[in-house]
Amino acid sequence: MNQQMKQLSRLFLLGVVTFNMAACNTAKVESAPPGISPQVMADSLHAVMEADRTVYTKWIVNRLQNEEKVIKASEHWKDDKALVLPAQMFRMGAERVAESGKVSFSYSLISLWPVNKQNEPKTEAEKTGLAEINKTGKSYYTEETLGGKKYFTALYPDIAVAPACYSCHNDHKDSPKTDFKLGDVMGGVVIRIPLGT
Amino acid sequence: MSIAMAVYFGLKLSGEDQSIYLVGETTHGHHQIEMACTLCHKKAFGGAGVLQDACISCHGEEMKLVEDSHPKSKFTDPRNAERVAKLDARFCVTCHREHRPHMSGPMGVTLPQDFCFLCHADIAKDRPSHKDLPFETCASGGCHNFHDNRALYEDFLLKHSDEPDMLPIQKVAIRKKTSPVRPVSNRPLTPLTEAEADASFEMKADVHLMAEWSGTAHAKNGVNCSDCHTVKNQETGLEAWENTPNEHACKTCHDTQVKGFLSGKHGMRLASDLPAMTPNIAKARMKDDAGEKAMGCVSCHGAHAFDTRKAAVDACLVCHDDEHSRAYETSPHFVLFRNEAADSEKAGSGVSCASCHMPRFVHREEGVDQVQVQHNQSWNLRPNEKMIREVCLNCHGLRFSMDALADVALIKGNFSEKPRRHIESIDWAKKRVFEKKKKQEEGRGESSRSL
Ligand code: HEC
Repeated sequence: MNQQMKQLSRLFLLGVVTFNMAACNTAKVESAPPGISPQVMADSLHAVMEADRTVYTKWIVNRLQNEEKVIKASEHWKDDKALVLPAQMFRMGAERVAESGKVSFSYSLISLWPVNKQNEPKTEAEKTGLAEINKTGKSYYTEETLGGKKYFTALYPDIAVAPACYSCHNDHKDSPKTDFKLGDVMGGVVIRIPLGT
Repeated sequence: MSIAMAVYFGLKLSGEDQSIYLVGETTHGHHQIEMACTLCHKKAFGGAGVLQDACISCHGEEMKLVEDSHPKSKFTDPRNAERVAKLDARFCVTCHREHRPHMSGPMGVTLPQDFCFLCHADIAKDRPSHKDLPFETCASGGCHNFHDNRALYEDFLLKHSDEPDMLPIQKVAIRKKTSPVRPVSNRPLTPLTEAEADASFEMKADVHLMAEWSGTAHAKNGVNCSDCHTVKNQETGLEAWENTPNEHACKTCHDTQVKGFLSGKHGMRLASDLPAMTPNIAKARMKDDAGEKAMGCVSCHGAHAFDTRKAAVDACLVCHDDEHSRAYETSPHFVLFRNEAADSEKAGSGVSCASCHMPRFVHREEGVDQVQVQHNQSWNLRPNEKMIREVCLNCHGLRFSMDALADVALIKGNFSEKPRRHIESIDWAKKRVFEKKKKQEEGRGESSRSL
């Protein structure tokens, strides 16, 4: 996705959010204004997620851990009095969104080389999608039915944007892959938007 | 006939005696409140969702604090739909069904004990050490818990893997002289003399009682008789003298302690607006003469003297009469407790009943650390690995603690010997990491050669 499109989708998302807030508190995807397709919505959501994820990794984790060496990032951030990992930051956000009960989309971070086995692809769409984005470096869209519900499912490449990304994964005792480099696709962000009622 | 029945049951449901509706005995966790149906069954219809709200209203806070390994949020993500179809872990009652005494196992779990298999069947692929281990031992063997794994996760095992049985410093948190309480009023906390006590003339004639009060932190900090004994009538709003004030009076200053008490087995009936808990309805073995002593703050703390040392051992042994309790006074922990009592230099070195079952913990509020006592004795009781972090690791290494807690006979005898069981978690974790690192190094060597 080029810069301009990213800007555009960020604006779109702003539109969706403002509309929902103005319309009602329990806005569902179905009540999004006509004209915004699930794909545009997913792209917009992803633009915000990716921006936040990059900012956190570059200016918090990479700066303080890898450059200034003042504090570490750790899975056990409470016990170790450390920074939350970028993946945990991402999941905590996703969980808050789910718990809020205000929206019905969901998102998570997955990979073919997961540190955490729970993050390996589970559904067919995740398996095909990950293989595809690893090959093309581009987003992948499909539909799938899970638990009797139909979803629009989008996958976006998750890229090693800073040395903190690959150094931590390469050195992690549970990482199945130890030669990630800057700019590599390390995994994918999957966003699901329920279709129909 | 059916109308008559409906009217009868309708009347019964709104009446006091609801025993007729009890469809099966409840677990040890809920038996004290089983006659207060609407505590859990908040609505007549609504199923798991209604019950879930009830579960969360009492247990939700704990689940958050222990960093529940299987929170609901893991199962609401559609990517886990297939797992939810096998085991709907979004709801507590999927695993913990009440009123099913015939199928209720440890921790009130009503599923067959090998339920981990449903999602973790291929664990041996990633952890060869687990090959051929029976799935019913995952949670019963001292290695894992479904909810609270704060002392059992792999990196924690590794971090504590080389600790000796006895740590170089063995000490529990020490309570400060001025314990963290809310002041009674804006009055300065200046010491009071017996002459200043504001009870009636006849009451002040009780020399023993006056001596008890004047020796306490209460008298030393300006807490007068009327501060506890004046109680506001809920209906009239008028204040009047009350000879036997209850936990509401204590709560004025000791609110977190009272909250803990009301959350545990001693106070849960009071919290549910039922008559107080009495030893004769307990499931644990109690002394015959403990009988109908109603549980409140003063049943352990004793009115006026409020001797915390007594509350930490003697008070427990007035009622508790199981093997573990009876063995306490012959245990090494008791020797430490006695030595601490005899020598003020040894503050924090004694181990009372309360040190383990109502432990002191450091509570951080607005950046300030306070040492408080957890008055909910169920907090760390089951599964017993919950005790490791807050209790055992004050004095013992992790390996020793895990082994001891897995040794049923040792617990019965109140830890009078060394553990005879061994939990292999730490050994396996060390081995796995060693082998993984070796493999990764080899992999790295190869990839750099191929470059
Ligand atoms: C300090 C260590 C650390 C840093 C920095 C880090 N990660 Fe991770 N990452 C982890 C750990 C540990 C997990 C597994 C966490 C979990 O799921 O609880 C993880 C999870 C992931 C996942 C999901 C799949 C998996 O491995 O479990 C992806 C994809 C990922 N990280 C990519 C990245 C990218 C891209 C960056 C940089 C923007 C990054 N990580 C930075 C440690 C790190």
